[in-house]
Amino acid sequence: MYRYDAIDHTIVRERAAQYRDQLQRYLAGQLSDDEFRPLRLQNGLYIQRHGPMLRIAIPYGVLSAPQMRALASIARRYDRGVGHFTTRQNLQLNWIRLQDTADILDELAAVQMHAIQTSGNCVRNITSDAFAGIAPDEVIDPRPLAEILRQWSTLHPEFAYLPRKFKIAISGSHEDRAATAFHDIGLFAVRGSDGSPGFRVLVGGGMGRTPMIGSVIRDFLPWQEYLNYCTAILRVYNRYGRRDNPYKARIKILVKALGVQPFAQQVEEEFAFLAGGPNTVTETEFARVAAHFASPPYVAGLPDSIDAGGDRAFARWIERNVRAHRAPGYRAVVLSLKRPGFAPGDATAEQMELVADWSERFGFGEIRVTHEQNLVLPDVQAGQLHALWHEAKAAGLATPNIGLLTDIISCPGGDFCALANAKSIPIAQAIAARFDDPEYLDALGALDLNISGCMNSCGHHHVGHIGILGVDKDGAEFYQVSIGGADGSLAAGGRVAIGRIIGPAFAADEVPDVVERLIEVYLQSRQPGERFVDTVARIGVDAFKQHVYAARAELAEVA
Amino acid sequence: MNVLLADGTFTQWRWRIVRDEAPAQPHDVLPLARYRTLACRDAVALWLAPGDRPEEAAAFLPQLPLVAIDFPQFKDGRGYSLAAILRTRYRYGGELCAIGEVLIDQLFYLKRVGFTAFALRADQDPHAARAALAAFSQSYAGAVHPALPHFRRNLSGALP
Repeated sequence: MYRYDAIDHTIVRERAAQYRDQLQRYLAGQLSDDEFRPLRLQNGLYIQRHGPMLRIAIPYGVLSAPQMRALASIARRYDRGVGHFTTRQNLQLNWIRLQDTADILDELAAVQMHAIQTSGNCVRNITSDAFAGIAPDEVIDPRPLAEILRQWSTLHPEFAYLPRKFKIAISGSHEDRAATAFHDIGLFAVRGSDGSPGFRVLVGGGMGRTPMIGSVIRDFLPWQEYLNYCTAILRVYNRYGRRDNPYKARIKILVKALGVQPFAQQVEEEFAFLAGGPNTVTETEFARVAAHFASPPYVAGLPDSIDAGGDRAFARWIERNVRAHRAPGYRAVVLSLKRPGFAPGDATAEQMELVADWSERFGFGEIRVTHEQNLVLPDVQAGQLHALWHEAKAAGLATPNIGLLTDIISCPGGDFCALANAKSIPIAQAIAARFDDPEYLDALGALDLNISGCMNSCGHHHVGHIGILGVDKDGAEFYQVSIGGADGSLAAGGRVAIGRIIGPAFAADEVPDVVERLIEVYLQSRQPGERFVDTVARIGVDAFKQHVYAARAELAEVA
Repeated sequence: MNVLLADGTFTQWRWRIVRDEAPAQPHDVLPLARYRTLACRDAVALWLAPGDRPEEAAAFLPQLPLVAIDFPQFKDGRGYSLAAILRTRYRYGGELCAIGEVLIDQLFYLKRVGFTAFALRADQDPHAARAALAAFSQSYAGAVHPALPHFRRNLSGALP
């Protein structure tokens, strides 16, 4: 993984010092709330329901064991001993004190981490495929280009006061595991006709209150030019994006208002001035960064088979939580952060430390964060899976549910977030409790259930095969249900779609029943090999809708 | 007009930012729309609003000693792109002054995109402002100051 050089170290240390000075001036009354807000946001600090929340950047979801231990230590000393891994591969601490934030940034800088631009109207943390560098279906390793993009976007002077936030995802595999169609810029690595690497560029995707699928504005962009091309896109957006209404300020609204082709034309005109300029990436720089991502010293000749020895629970975990690896004899292991009694994505300080230890004992000291809010140990020997499974099970991190109904994506919701209309975590927990049956979950197969507590869609409900959105109805919390969303991954059949709302919203205690009714329709209607999302695509929303609301009407009559 | 320069010194300029319709005087800095209509442009300069098109100022740039860019609100970041366009596309080489809501915590980025003078909001602390210009000793992306990204700076700077 990437290790800081002198320049990187200097920048994060000077950034922490700059923030400490800004915080002191704010506390001394020399900066107003309005003036301090963008400064703290661009250092990851929100003011939440209970107080400040700090969002720490985990660039493209890659962490070292010492970094994970530092996060655990910070969570224990400055928070309540729990961290929340997010859909953008970051870590949030929900119980921070404002006066500690400068010290935390110093501690992060000491382990080559920061909270720069994890919030605010700027280019956010770059996200990517959690299986980058190890996935068998990879075309181009996205990590070096994600790191170069991280450096370029960090403290970029022209784009710190954009109309609204700006998210870039980069993917390098056949399967899109980074939801590139749902980002402000999606960079999908492809090879040109001569085999040279480059990107298909998508713009204007996103969720939020106006969900949109990104539009391709370039079929092939040579990789050397991608910083220039991103500059062109951001410059057009910075100049012409709406600033009068924050709900209409994302780039997707501009792309829609102008039309994809006229927008693309403006970008190309701007790009014509920039192509070949100073920010063109050199072969030397690419090689320097790529060297950090060289394969670790895999042991050759390891046995590649896994013998479950008739242990059904272990076999189920292998099937659900273990992924193929490019190196023979190795596997990637997904540690589930979705288990009864915990909010999705939460890990205790002790669990973080255990994961750090396992990453060293069962790998090369590296950990990944997935956008589904789980953790990955990327380089586990097949022969050590059983030992790891035992330890993970004891720590509550081996729930065999990856990609299944209870692998729920959820935002922190109304329990923590000041923006939320409704709580998310209790809904996730109620669903997890209702369907806590491995045999049943297995029989259902792939099913993404995503929950957001408000229209900002941090829980990605728009792309959930089942999506649940918290809404406010006259001061009460209700939940709107949609089906058929798809993020472009193989679990979604490679489809990209925004879920369709099935009808009027439900009370919180109805939601597990609604999910059960939806599943009943799927089980009755599915054809062999069909996933839930495939069945929705084939038969449409109506059958589901009728069954859910008919059952509800019956209940109302009985009552 | 008292301005902070990029080197950290303060200086008293004879330039005056004109936001009303008063008849133009020498050393006036006029809105682009007014500047374009003048018959004689000797001894006056222009300022751009965030929504102005620098393309429309391009023809005047070679003879302009000063261009100002207005920040009606510090959160409105359009002026950063306007500055970058003036400096890199049109190779504007005169003074570039930030006016309006110019706060010390924006100075470093303003300098990076090519501003050389800063008409700070009246309540801003001059010592803190001077320090803010030097908040970082390193940078990544190439902008205007410096023009080269970090990965080209230790080399000859030559492009491929």
